[in-house]
Amino acid sequence: MTASTLPDVAVADASEENPWARAWRRLKRRKGAMAGLVVVVLFVLVAVFAPLVAPYDPIATSWSAVRKAPSWEHWLGTDEVGRDVLSRIIWGARASLSAGLVSVGIALGIGVPLGLLAGYAGGWIDSVLSRIVDAMLAVPFLILAIALAAFLGPSLTNAMIAIGVTATPIFVRLTRGQTLAAKVEDYVEAARAVGNPHWRIALRHVLPNIVPPLLVQASLAIAGAIIAEAALSFLGLGQQPPSPSWGSMLNSAQRFIAQAPWMAFWPGFAIFFAVLSFNLLGDGLRDALDPRHK
Amino acid sequence: MLSFLTQRLLQIIPTLILVSMLIFGLQQLLPGDPALIMAGEERDPAVLEEIRQQYRLNEPIPIQYFYWIKGVLSGNLGESMRLKAPVGSLVAEKLPVTLQLAAMAIVVALGIGIPAGIISAVKKDTAWDYGANIFALWGISTPNFWLGILMIFLFSVTLGWLPASGYIRLGEDWRASLATTVMPAFVLGNAIAAVLMRHTRSAMLQAMGADYVRTARAKGLYERRVVLKHALRNAMTPVITLGALEFGTLLSGAVLTEQIFTIPGFGKLIVDAVFNRDYAVVQGVVLVTATTYIMLNLLADVAYVLVNPRLRA
Repeated sequence: MTASTLPDVAVADASEENPWARAWRRLKRRKGAMAGLVVVVLFVLVAVFAPLVAPYDPIATSWSAVRKAPSWEHWLGTDEVGRDVLSRIIWGARASLSAGLVSVGIALGIGVPLGLLAGYAGGWIDSVLSRIVDAMLAVPFLILAIALAAFLGPSLTNAMIAIGVTATPIFVRLTRGQTLAAKVEDYVEAARAVGNPHWRIALRHVLPNIVPPLLVQASLAIAGAIIAEAALSFLGLGQQPPSPSWGSMLNSAQRFIAQAPWMAFWPGFAIFFAVLSFNLLGDGLRDALDPRHK
Repeated sequence: MLSFLTQRLLQIIPTLILVSMLIFGLQQLLPGDPALIMAGEERDPAVLEEIRQQYRLNEPIPIQYFYWIKGVLSGNLGESMRLKAPVGSLVAEKLPVTLQLAAMAIVVALGIGIPAGIISAVKKDTAWDYGANIFALWGISTPNFWLGILMIFLFSVTLGWLPASGYIRLGEDWRASLATTVMPAFVLGNAIAAVLMRHTRSAMLQAMGADYVRTARAKGLYERRVVLKHALRNAMTPVITLGALEFGTLLSGAVLTEQIFTIPGFGKLIVDAVFNRDYAVVQGVVLVTATTYIMLNLLADVAYVLVNPRLRA
């Protein structure tokens, strides 16, 4: 008994520390998560500074450099109209990362308030919202995103909206569940007892306490959104040519796989590394933020 | 069991109604006059009028929905503008192709995912375990359309072993049929294998720590028997439920895989319909997909009860 209470005492001391600082300290210990974070930061820097980093204009065609294999001039080769593959991948990072961030932003922006409302208000509001969430989750993710993008019309903005809306029900469900659990906690009871209005309890007392699981889900959702954007662009429903995006690069690469395989290798690697790093970061965050892993 | 089944069947009715409303509602997202968009190149006023009549576009939206769902319930999913064929028969024609692909993908997923999960749990923290975990991370993070292109490059272009595209029906020539579907099935099954591996690993780790496994060991059973009979059977229950969620990945993945390998299935049907602005087909296919997905999840729930005697009462 004594042995098992000892760690608890130690934990009580550690919890004096700011919970975010503690999460960061735990995250730092995870090699996979840190590798993921480094790659994510690298991708973000590349996307932000694309005009400075890219060696060539990503949409400038050159008929004298059509489908050239990787060389000193073009590190990753050129495509079917002589555009530099490396420059297109660097600019494509903008489309992919912004699609990941914007669509998850949309999903959070709609999903979290609705989830809070459903979980906090309960009753018929909860029943209606939960049924809608069930219905949306009943359509496979990519199929719903394709259908939405098809009806909205092909463009990067519409692809982001389609992916964001498709990802929303997961956040509604997660927020609702977390809110239901937080609602019965003593601190919410206390906030209610001192006469706080409902909106204030929901926003100031419940919301901050459910941020960790939302953060983990958001990180994994960005990975999913990057793949989804690449898939939509691959199908021609996302970024429109000649603007570069990893998915549409793979689409044109497929036609030249025998003559110019490098056109397919590198954009795919870019998607793979971006998705992998967000997945690693999400897995690491889950372990670092989970209070059970003290 | 029967009451459980009835209860579950009743539960999916409101979901199906909402799904149908959602899919019908997609039409409202079309910018501008839907009749004009549905007609495509056609600008003949008589044709436009015919479309308005057929879809009752002049009526209020709830009335339009009512007639649409009435048609759906009597087996009429609408008419393809481009292919001039009923959506129902198009789906019926393409479905077996995707089902073959999906069945093969499930074999791949189970064949790789479950053994990999068992090995990594039994040999926890060894090179085997790390290897299996790296495989899972790779499987989850690799876009399947990229994997498909890479496989075409390796097995079709470089080695010339397998056809890069096309499809031959199973009834026509089963060897050729398998040759056309083995790569797409692997691409489709790979990501699911990764997810199954993770679920199997964590369920097995939990089961291996349970008292009944210690008892089985204490009885002097061979480790092999303890793992495969005692731990695995108990570990399979969560794997079935969580694995069933992957049917969605399977259906989503089929869209891309069929596109890459030019397989004339269900996924190809929806992509072609999107590009032909054949909206009735898009709606019909999404509706059938969603219904299939809901039914598969229902089956998984039933299977869950069947393998778990404690729930069978």
